[in-house]
Amino acid sequence: MPTPSDRKYAKTHEWVKIDGTTAVVGISDHAQSSLGDITFIELPAVGKKVTKGQSCSVIESVKAASDIYAPVSGEISEVNSELTQKPETINKEPYGAAWLFKIKGYNDSDISDLMDSAAYDAFAESEK
Amino acid sequence: MSYVSNTPAQQREMLAACGITSVDSLFADIPEALRAPKSKLPRGKSELEVTSLLSGLASRNFSHLINFIGGGFYDHFIPAVVDAMAGRSEFYTSYTPYQPELSQGTLQAMYEYQSHICRLTSMDVANASLYDGGTALYEACQMAIRATERPKIIVDGGVNPIYRKMLYCYTANLSIDFHEVPVSHGQSDRTKVFDALDRNTAAVILQNPNFFGVIDDQSDIVQRCHSLGILVIQSVYPIAMALLKSPGEIGADIATGEGQSLGLPLSFGGPYLGFMATTKNLVRKMPGRLVGRTVDGKGRQGFVLTLQAREQHIRREKATSNICTNEALCALRAHTYLSLLGKQGLKDVARLCLNKAHYAKERLKALPDVKVMESSPTFNEFTVRLPIDAAEVAGRMIEHGFAPGFPLGRYYPGMDDYLLVAVTEKRTKYEIGAFAEALEYVLGRNG
Repeated sequence: MPTPSDRKYAKTHEWVKIDGTTAVVGISDHAQSSLGDITFIELPAVGKKVTKGQSCSVIESVKAASDIYAPVSGEISEVNSELTQKPETINKEPYGAAWLFKIKGYNDSDISDLMDSAAYDAFAESEK
Repeated sequence: MSYVSNTPAQQREMLAACGITSVDSLFADIPEALRAPKSKLPRGKSELEVTSLLSGLASRNFSHLINFIGGGFYDHFIPAVVDAMAGRSEFYTSYTPYQPELSQGTLQAMYEYQSHICRLTSMDVANASLYDGGTALYEACQMAIRATERPKIIVDGGVNPIYRKMLYCYTANLSIDFHEVPVSHGQSDRTKVFDALDRNTAAVILQNPNFFGVIDDQSDIVQRCHSLGILVIQSVYPIAMALLKSPGEIGADIATGEGQSLGLPLSFGGPYLGFMATTKNLVRKMPGRLVGRTVDGKGRQGFVLTLQAREQHIRREKATSNICTNEALCALRAHTYLSLLGKQGLKDVARLCLNKAHYAKERLKALPDVKVMESSPTFNEFTVRLPIDAAEVAGRMIEHGFAPGFPLGRYYPGMDDYLLVAVTEKRTKYEIGAFAEALEYVLGRNG
């Protein structure tokens, strides 16, 4: 699956896409394929204040339980609660239907600190 | 596998390979003062001598006393089947399965134990056991803090003081804000508990029956807590659950308790059994092992450890608990006990405890120097006020062959004259009568 160039990436394998005034967050294709079949997701509470790098969600797969870190600081404005019923969507459509949560009130400087798709591809390759 | 220690010749050979001459030189890096002194054990004894020595020590125990001590741990009858099952080598020698799914029998027993606990507490899921009632309560407290991300815990004064001590000891170096609310007329003080609730409160810890043996329908507290997003942890006495409202029935979020009453001997405080059950919502926040039932590729029933991603071998430092050893053999005893008694049998035991305790209450009430505390209904334990220090009375009652109860002054300052008396199904009408007479005699001699 090609890494979309319309968004930015964190070293902890989350992606961030700006949609109006909110930052939409998901995990990369590389992340979902390393985790294997995803069986459960615990989403943050709407209204929760998060700081960049803070663990705010947990994804469980048949292999492991992994923390999802906030790639930017701000406040959780919406969560994708459909994933609770169908966590496998994260495996199937990591860049589309399987966004995890949205953060409002983020800082532009947090966004510019993140990697673009080419830099992320190189980073993910170096981690293999 | 037989154990064969190495011979002096082999030791010399190994030392030579290392290029040294004595075992002591291996420890040269450790300063002399820090090394263990040479042990001064006496010469070995024969089996006969050891048996005499140990049975002599054992005979100094007062195990012949007729027991009225409770305080969270009770002298219930243990049917022989419990020992027979727990003594089977299939369970006894492999109580911790390191390759769990290979031990289908052990997993099935654990699964059935969990099912018993779910039924007893009316909760959705139970884990495969924890160390004891006190540590289970500590784990529940941590679980509530994880689930709510709030730092404050309200503790009802009716919660066993021993559990409370354990709670504060375990959390001494964590930033948890405990707020204790003393009981009022033997029950949870609604006004003060409600006043203490705020946005920082993760959970309220309750107990039923409480430490004074008082039965308290705490569903009103649950309702108020839930309206504020606060969880309720209820510690319960499993035998009483056969007759009283269970944690699930009052809507509690986490149920814990001491399983000693379910087929485990008192044996000076352990090993005991902590049980814990919760709702489906909170299952991923629950510590401990969890056995699930499933089917294999051919559709045959099988048992597996499930939701292991919560546990320390996968989640490392973020595991829901760093205690992974459960009390499998103790849980097996509880499973056997509950299976043997069944629904009706457990109700019968509970009713016997209740009735006999109330008979004892009536007998003690008739004594001129004893005041029975009667502001609230009780299960199998009740508090009496004596004209003199309760610990002193307990000492004198021992001379008459009775362990008369738990002197409350030990944990409740200012309550030195109070005695907590417990009665189980084991006490006969004759024993209860003799107990009342001995108490009358002991107190009469005082006056």
